[in-house]
Amino acid sequence: MADNKYAAYICSGCGIGDAMKVPQLEAIAKKEGKMAVVKSHPFLCNAEGVQMIRDDIANEAVTHVCIGACSRRAKTEAFQFEGVAMSRANLREGVLWVVAAGKDHDEVRQEMAADYIRMGCAELKKMTPPAGNVKGSSSKRILVVGGGMSGMTAALEIAATGYEAVLVEKAGALGGMAAQLWKRQPFKEPYAEAQETGVGEMAAKVAANPKIKLHLNSTIAETSGAPGRFKIQIAQESGSVSEETVGAIVQATGFTTYDMAKLPELGGGQPNVVDQVGLEALAVAAKGGAIKRADGKEVKSVVFVQCAGQRDETGTHLSYCSGHCCGTSIKQANYFKDQNPDIDTVVMYQDLRVPGMGEDFYRGAQEKGVIFTKAKASKVTGGDSCNVTFKDLILDEENTIAADLVVLATGQVPNAGVDLEAWNPVVTAAEGGDAAAKAARDEMKTISILNLNYRQGPDMPQFKHGFADSHFICFPYETRRTGIYAAGPVRRPMDILQATDDATGAALKAIQAVENAAVGRAAHPRSGDLSFPTARLEGCTQCKRCTVECPFGAIDEDEKRFPVFNEERCRRCGTCMGACPVRVISFENYSCDTVGSQVKAVEVPDEDEEKPRILVLACENDAYPALDMAGMARITHSAFVRVIPVRCLGSVNTIWITDALNAGYDGVMMMGCKKGDDYQCHFVKGSELAHYRMSKIGDTLTQLGLEPERVQTQEVAITDNARVVKLINDYVAELEKLGPSPMKGFG
Amino acid sequence: MTTANQSAIERYRNNFLREVEANVEEGHMVKMCMQCGVCAGSCPFGPDWEHSPQKIFMMIRAGKRDEVLGSDSMFMCTSCYNCMVRCPRQLPITHIMHGLANYAHRLGLAPKGQPTREFATLFWNNAIKKGRVNELTLTLRHYFRGGLVSGIKEALGMQSIGLGLFLAKRLNPMEIFGGHGVKDLKGFHAIIAKAKEIEDRKKGFTA
Repeated sequence: MADNKYAAYICSGCGIGDAMKVPQLEAIAKKEGKMAVVKSHPFLCNAEGVQMIRDDIANEAVTHVCIGACSRRAKTEAFQFEGVAMSRANLREGVLWVVAAGKDHDEVRQEMAADYIRMGCAELKKMTPPAGNVKGSSSKRILVVGGGMSGMTAALEIAATGYEAVLVEKAGALGGMAAQLWKRQPFKEPYAEAQETGVGEMAAKVAANPKIKLHLNSTIAETSGAPGRFKIQIAQESGSVSEETVGAIVQATGFTTYDMAKLPELGGGQPNVVDQVGLEALAVAAKGGAIKRADGKEVKSVVFVQCAGQRDETGTHLSYCSGHCCGTSIKQANYFKDQNPDIDTVVMYQDLRVPGMGEDFYRGAQEKGVIFTKAKASKVTGGDSCNVTFKDLILDEENTIAADLVVLATGQVPNAGVDLEAWNPVVTAAEGGDAAAKAARDEMKTISILNLNYRQGPDMPQFKHGFADSHFICFPYETRRTGIYAAGPVRRPMDILQATDDATGAALKAIQAVENAAVGRAAHPRSGDLSFPTARLEGCTQCKRCTVECPFGAIDEDEKRFPVFNEERCRRCGTCMGACPVRVISFENYSCDTVGSQVKAVEVPDEDEEKPRILVLACENDAYPALDMAGMARITHSAFVRVIPVRCLGSVNTIWITDALNAGYDGVMMMGCKKGDDYQCHFVKGSELAHYRMSKIGDTLTQLGLEPERVQTQEVAITDNARVVKLINDYVAELEKLGPSPMKGFG
Repeated sequence: MTTANQSAIERYRNNFLREVEANVEEGHMVKMCMQCGVCAGSCPFGPDWEHSPQKIFMMIRAGKRDEVLGSDSMFMCTSCYNCMVRCPRQLPITHIMHGLANYAHRLGLAPKGQPTREFATLFWNNAIKKGRVNELTLTLRHYFRGGLVSGIKEALGMQSIGLGLFLAKRLNPMEIFGGHGVKDLKGFHAIIAKAKEIEDRKKGFTA
């Protein structure tokens, strides 16, 4: 500590100096904040102001810097000092712009600014500059699992950027599902005719590329490690096992078609009823000639039944749309029409969906005379002449049509491995010694793809309907397993064109991941963060909360049930820190102490001053920006709140709440992202966990003689700038009605 | 006419769409309908028809020959062109509707007593006689289409307008005796005959 030198710099620009007494703030930083150096500047973020700080760091050996100026989200490039710990007191967006103007508010405004300076100084003292977590050699090779269109694209793109790829394919040849196709949907201008798949050329390119190491007939027996140091055991069909070290993984394991046998009412399993892959096989066999059925008869009439076992509302079949099947049926109807325009081709659809440039392809098929009937097929009988019973949705009547062949568009089922939600209870039971559960666990594991040795289960978490994880809304390729990216139809239903785009994106994310891992930087969304969690294990009670609650599976357990952090897997959200009941987990620049000391640094007025104090813990991803934007829009709110940004509501440790209430705060409000199925939490579960944890502290509050209303949790979106202000003002009004906290004066 | 109908049935068997494509004005565009229903929603007469254009096109594709050609829908079209302007697939819906009406009429399948069809027939027959419409005989024939009594009633109801037209010299009572024709009536009839011959050939009405 002897070498640490603390400095505070207060900006009086942007009107801060006019509305607040900067000399008083300087005095507080000096006296209460105990800063060795305190300076103010009329324009801190300009070259001269920044140079002043740089000079102090260089000449005065300043190691810790508190900037009292704008929000931590502003001027980040100007205020960037390598190797120096920094806190930001938000005087502009947080005080100047949100507290009403005018003399009447001078007092509360000044108090607010003074508190933010106290908080900034207090936080600073508990920080150390993050050193990063470099563990020496880090692999920059990338494993691609699956050799279909997505996997081959990913491998080629990785190789094209100069990185090495290791491609593992279960089958004896590359190509996957695309290799079974006669042609693919148009993917180039003018998007009118089906095109060659190009699988053969692509496979040859992959095989010939010196930067791609190919393992055919292989599966992954085990994946261990973390980004930069994954160890992959690759099991050959022959039984031999080899090991590869890679830095990141792209999982492109594709899909299988929904099993027709589950659709007996639509003729699944009967002669002359095929699925789309079945028809591709007939088309490949025909080689552009007349398409013949399995019994050798030339097909003269064909009916395509769309949404077979898809978009099912009864809960029996797939509930989603696979996206590609309308286009695929159009393509297949053209196989017939191109060969012989007199073949009757009927596509029975409920809603024809041709994403991308498919509309021209649809029109083209109509011009060729493919009949599109808006109808729902209810029954198909197979046989020499198949009969399709359907309800015409335009004419509102039941009807039947005969055809030589019926094609069912059955949709995509992802090959995403083990469903962790089903897995975890089974494992818990198995660990408890249940023999049946042990057998069930071993059975479940046979479908695992990655065979991760993570505590949290052998595969990626699944997102919806069994598809592999992805942050669907904002960050398509990100998953909850750092350094492992899903690409192609394993992630969501898609066609070949989308899959190749997807694979390219995932390949780039994987490259980013290996580069980040090499220097110990965090991946999205705290990209570039060098801090990482450490645990004081002598205080740990082996409660396992951190390992269970980590949304990213970053923490394993050793034999004694102590947490083992895999820093490269960590996303730095701090959920472990919020979970820890004994507060032994911390980051260098973010810990129970950095926030706790801020909570305690605020000067809480006495009861008779009638100035309530409300602590707002705001998520830095959405709520804090929303508050900043309220400031930018000059929407004013009560000056009784003190806002502390947190990495995620999941990182909120209940000790902060306790500390605040003990110190005499009148209320604590937490602002996090939307939770639930349509969550907006950047760390997936943080907001949900916070809500859950806070639901438990009501009893504790009552025991303390406090009203449960004194702790509130709110869901806020980044666009809610007007709403956050209303939430704050309403809460202040509510607390004023409730009266001052009975804890005041005991702190 | 029935023979034309029978030969059409014979020729196209179950493929009514192909029959429409071959014989109906703009019929080749029927297959391009994507069943969005904008035409049905745009039609000011929508609720008053048996079938909307959307349904008619679907019925054609479904091979419902008798229902389509027996429908009154095509005759109810007022040619406002709303559907045609709005159709995202740019189908000439109004033209197709008139084409279908014409085809159904010529096959003798159009609904009997359909007022639009009756008046159109009256108009055509009147105009074709002298090469121009004789307004007096046309209106009188129209009034008396339901018999003597109702004809007198309808004519009396309009008598003040008739008188007004007469006083303004817009109505010549002498026209009732045949009226005047175009200059070269013979030539006119020859033109019409030729046109009919061409159309019959195109639409398959030649025996």
